[in-house]
Amino acid sequence: MQKKDSVSPRNRINATVRDIPRSGIRDFFDIVSTMKDIISLGIGEPDFDTPWHVRESTVFALERGVTHYTSNFGYLELRKALAGYVAKKFGAEYNPENEILITVGVSEALDLALRALVTPGDEVLYHEPCYVSYRATILFAHGVPVAVETKVENGFRLTRAMLEAKVTPKTKVLMLNFPNNPTGAVMARQDLEDIAAFAREHDLIVVTDEIYGELTYDAPHTSIVSLPGMRERTIFLHGFSKAWAMTGYRLGYACGPEELIEAMMKIHQYTMLCASSMGQKAAIEALARPDTDVGEMVNEYRRRRNFIAAALAEMGIECHRPLGAFYAFPSVAKFGLKSKEFALKFLHEEKVAAVPGTAFGECGEGFIRCAYATNMENLKEAMVRLKRFVGKLG
Amino acid sequence: MDELLKILQANATESRENIAKMLNVSVAEVNRRVADYEQRGVIRGYQAILNEDELDLDTVTAVIEVKVTPQREGGFNTIAQRISRFPEVRSAYLMSGTYDLLLFIDGRNLREVAAFVSERLSPLEGVLSTSTHFMLKTYKRLGVLMESTHAEERLSVAP
Repeated sequence: MQKKDSVSPRNRINATVRDIPRSGIRDFFDIVSTMKDIISLGIGEPDFDTPWHVRESTVFALERGVTHYTSNFGYLELRKALAGYVAKKFGAEYNPENEILITVGVSEALDLALRALVTPGDEVLYHEPCYVSYRATILFAHGVPVAVETKVENGFRLTRAMLEAKVTPKTKVLMLNFPNNPTGAVMARQDLEDIAAFAREHDLIVVTDEIYGELTYDAPHTSIVSLPGMRERTIFLHGFSKAWAMTGYRLGYACGPEELIEAMMKIHQYTMLCASSMGQKAAIEALARPDTDVGEMVNEYRRRRNFIAAALAEMGIECHRPLGAFYAFPSVAKFGLKSKEFALKFLHEEKVAAVPGTAFGECGEGFIRCAYATNMENLKEAMVRLKRFVGKLG
Repeated sequence: MDELLKILQANATESRENIAKMLNVSVAEVNRRVADYEQRGVIRGYQAILNEDELDLDTVTAVIEVKVTPQREGGFNTIAQRISRFPEVRSAYLMSGTYDLLLFIDGRNLREVAAFVSERLSPLEGVLSTSTHFMLKTYKRLGVLMESTHAEERLSVAP
């Protein structure tokens, strides 16, 4: 008879979950969190506070007793406001009654979209370097992740040729994230037209995470969903975390054709029920004056982007010019260290945290991610230290 | 407003080199534009924003609402400029509403402010009445909160 204590709990864990490695970001966080007085360029969230009128409206919502369940879809008032915002900002019209779903951050929306679409064995195309959760989320949905590597020579943009090399008859979904975390890359309209044609010809569903859509610095953002024939095959994901600095509210949304949203809602209904009611009220308030709230933050990010790009150039570190989001992704390959070694050495010697590019996919080797979502004083000091650090590396 | 002015308004001590990087222009261009603003009087000066409550100065600040009679030809300007010239007056504004001028007065103590109001301000020709309020505590000045801001709430590394 087998003794009870010989059974390892690890053997009980679902094989998919067991085999997915921990996020590289988490490993790095564990090291950084043991150290004091760090300047962090590792934080993928705004340093700005949520606009005060949004926070104040949250307090007001609590006072009024907005602490109950909402419709599974989310408050209709919020969906109506979003329909207007998405039409104006991203160029696609959605029926607030049944084509918009309020979720717990874009993370939940992405999970819902993949679980609603993927039948085990379906292949999902996504581009790397990318946000840390994409590959894992595809695997959790029992899909087969197929990474397409974007290159610095292309400004980390995705091209049709790259996709054609990886598409198979089993490919069902194409995931996009522009403006991109961690590279700061964006796709211009003509770039997206090629991708849209590819998706139409291969009959793919596009899941586009445009959480950084407001944060572009040289040209307005174009969404693939606004291109001809794309609305019917696209799930558009967005949220309040980045543009409104509302990460802790955990509030995102998905827009798409009724049948797809209905399928996502089915999972959401059984697993999440609804997004936080007071968060949804805050989101309604956030949509009251997006241009004012977001506009000033964008100007500040642009100044920082300009600063960090110029500072890196001045010290001879090559960096593709970030056009959106709030990340610079410089190449540190010439210093002869692996990304992780470089980041750890930089952390220990100069007390500055920058995330190794490999946290965002193997092709991130040779790069580090520097988030400029930190105040200018920190950014200036971090660049002084980086200059000193690379000076020693020679 | 020009981005350059926004940067200086937020931090007048920002170096010209850094400003040039932020604006993606040359240092010479920044210098030229700053000089131009200074010469045109758009930039009137550069000051530190002090938290005076921390300094134990034992001084008082009074806010005085003043009703005046606008003067023929000069309107409100003549009397307002005359009042503004007193060194005790830190700020002076023409207002809409139930009074005309709003003054911020610095004094060593209550008696000194009282003396300023009764001996200098009220007797001026054109001043009809005054209403003096003493400032008790400063929470925010020129967009800067006086309470030291809360510590970083964010995690040190996030995806």
